[in-house]
Amino acid sequence: MIRMRDKPYIILGLVIFLGLLAFPFWYNVGKASAAPEPSLDTPAIRQLSQKQCVEARSYMRKSHMQLLNDWRNWVVRDGDRIYVAENGKKYEISLQNSCLQCHSNKAQFCDQCHNYVGVAPDCWTCHIEPEENK
Amino acid sequence: MEISRRHFLKIGGICVLGLVAQPLVKAFAQSDVSKASRDPKALTGKKWGLVFDATKCKYSEGCRECILSCHRTHNVPAIDDKKEEIKWIWAEPYENAFPGQGHEYIAAEIKEKPFIVLCNHCTDPPCVRVCPTKATFKREDGIVMMDYHRCIGCRFCMAACPYGARSFNFKDPRPFIKEENKEYPTREKGVVEKCNFCVERLDAGLMPACVEACPHKALFFGDLEEPGSDVSKILRSHYTIQRKPELGTRPNVYYIIV
Ligand code: HEC
Ligand code: HEC
Ligand code: HEC
Repeated sequence: MIRMRDKPYIILGLVIFLGLLAFPFWYNVGKASAAPEPSLDTPAIRQLSQKQCVEARSYMRKSHMQLLNDWRNWVVRDGDRIYVAENGKKYEISLQNSCLQCHSNKAQFCDQCHNYVGVAPDCWTCHIEPEENK
Repeated sequence: MEISRRHFLKIGGICVLGLVAQPLVKAFAQSDVSKASRDPKALTGKKWGLVFDATKCKYSEGCRECILSCHRTHNVPAIDDKKEEIKWIWAEPYENAFPGQGHEYIAAEIKEKPFIVLCNHCTDPPCVRVCPTKATFKREDGIVMMDYHRCIGCRFCMAACPYGARSFNFKDPRPFIKEENKEYPTREKGVVEKCNFCVERLDAGLMPACVEACPHKALFFGDLEEPGSDVSKILRSHYTIQRKPELGTRPNVYYIIV
């Protein structure tokens, strides 16, 4: 049975409870992490006359994981190792020898975004990262 | 409402037509060209095979070129512990390579001779049949290929392979790789690995690393279905044997013994 004189305790309990529930919110107040700024400053990219990825930048941002998935299947399962881009340009299909040849600054590029969104692609136990990262 | 026989047959017919049309529509809808293509330099074959000529091999005199070259190319770790070692290509004495094909009076020079062994890229590979994830599969050119991305480390394939051609990564292989080939991935703890007949080299127009490295011309590689290839010519003109032919795996690695 709830008695009238218990009211302050109940309210106090509720306040503490809600405070704890909201812990993640007030703990992070003012700490919003800055949006990632992946760096495109690598020797290979500096040498490109046209600063272009294998596909358009917006497509790469949105779909590079699907593209990598296709790349992997084309090479491993079909033996097709040449990628023909939308604009007709051809690239060797390889995570180590294409993507990371241009983006040799993996720590300042891939990892910047991935740390921000909290994904950790488990490719680097097998695929060798470029020297610059160590 | 009564359905007349005629009406029923009409509806049935339309349904059947629909079933036939669906795959057709699908086939046409998918006809936009794949965005990947083969390297024009790629070596192509219907059924790759390898011949090892034991009369030319100088393993017993200390030559290890085929093994070193393969293991360097593919980042195969050098782990000394026999239970955990990883090997793609190695040597076995006659009685291990060809059990049941010898006898007690066999010439000592054959008995003591080492034979280079590797994955046989069988025509009927038991490893492919048992793999639950299709991580091990057979390519159209006969190569028994591993998709390491799919390997879950169950080791059914190791139990199925009668040649011991598969190794399991009990630990991280990286510390045991002396010089990394930066152009090829390593493997990781928990996956099985084996010889891939150098698909990555064939796809780029190169011969397998072991064949290219052999200074004594004891290894031959080519298309078994192509009468003019090196391997076909040798198989026609020499007496050759396979490992454990009685198991019906139909190996594609052949041996010249004497
Ligand atoms: C020829 C060099 C080259 C190769 C190969 C290459 N990239 Fe790029 N990448 C670039 C350049 C240059 C840009 C910036 C493009 C722009 O600004 O339009 C870029 C942009 C990107 C972006 C967008 C970054 C952003 O901040 O919006 C992603 C993601 C990306 N690349 C991933 C990849 C992946 C994954 C691969 C392999 C499949 C790859 N790249 C292969 C040069 C390359
Ligand atoms: C512009 C930011 C950005 C850059 C640069 C970037 N990524 Fe990503 N990547 C993402 C995001 C966001 C996701 C997660 C998408 C999701 O959760 O579905 C992702 C996911 C992935 C995945 C799939 C991971 C998984 O667990 O499903 C792979 C693989 C990957 N990225 C590879 C790369 C590589 C390699 C590079 C560098 C060459 C790179 N990415 C650069 C933003 C980026
Ligand atoms: C267990 C080890 C392993 C892991 C983990 C792994 N790979 Fe691979 N990957 C390989 C091997 C081995 C090849 C075969 C290379 C060949 O035949 O040229 C390969 C090939 C590929 C290829 C095509 C060819 C090449 O050289 O790049 C792509 C693309 C690829 N992997 C992407 C990925 C991505 C993306 C991830 C992470 C999400 C990943 N892989 C994780 C071992 C691995």
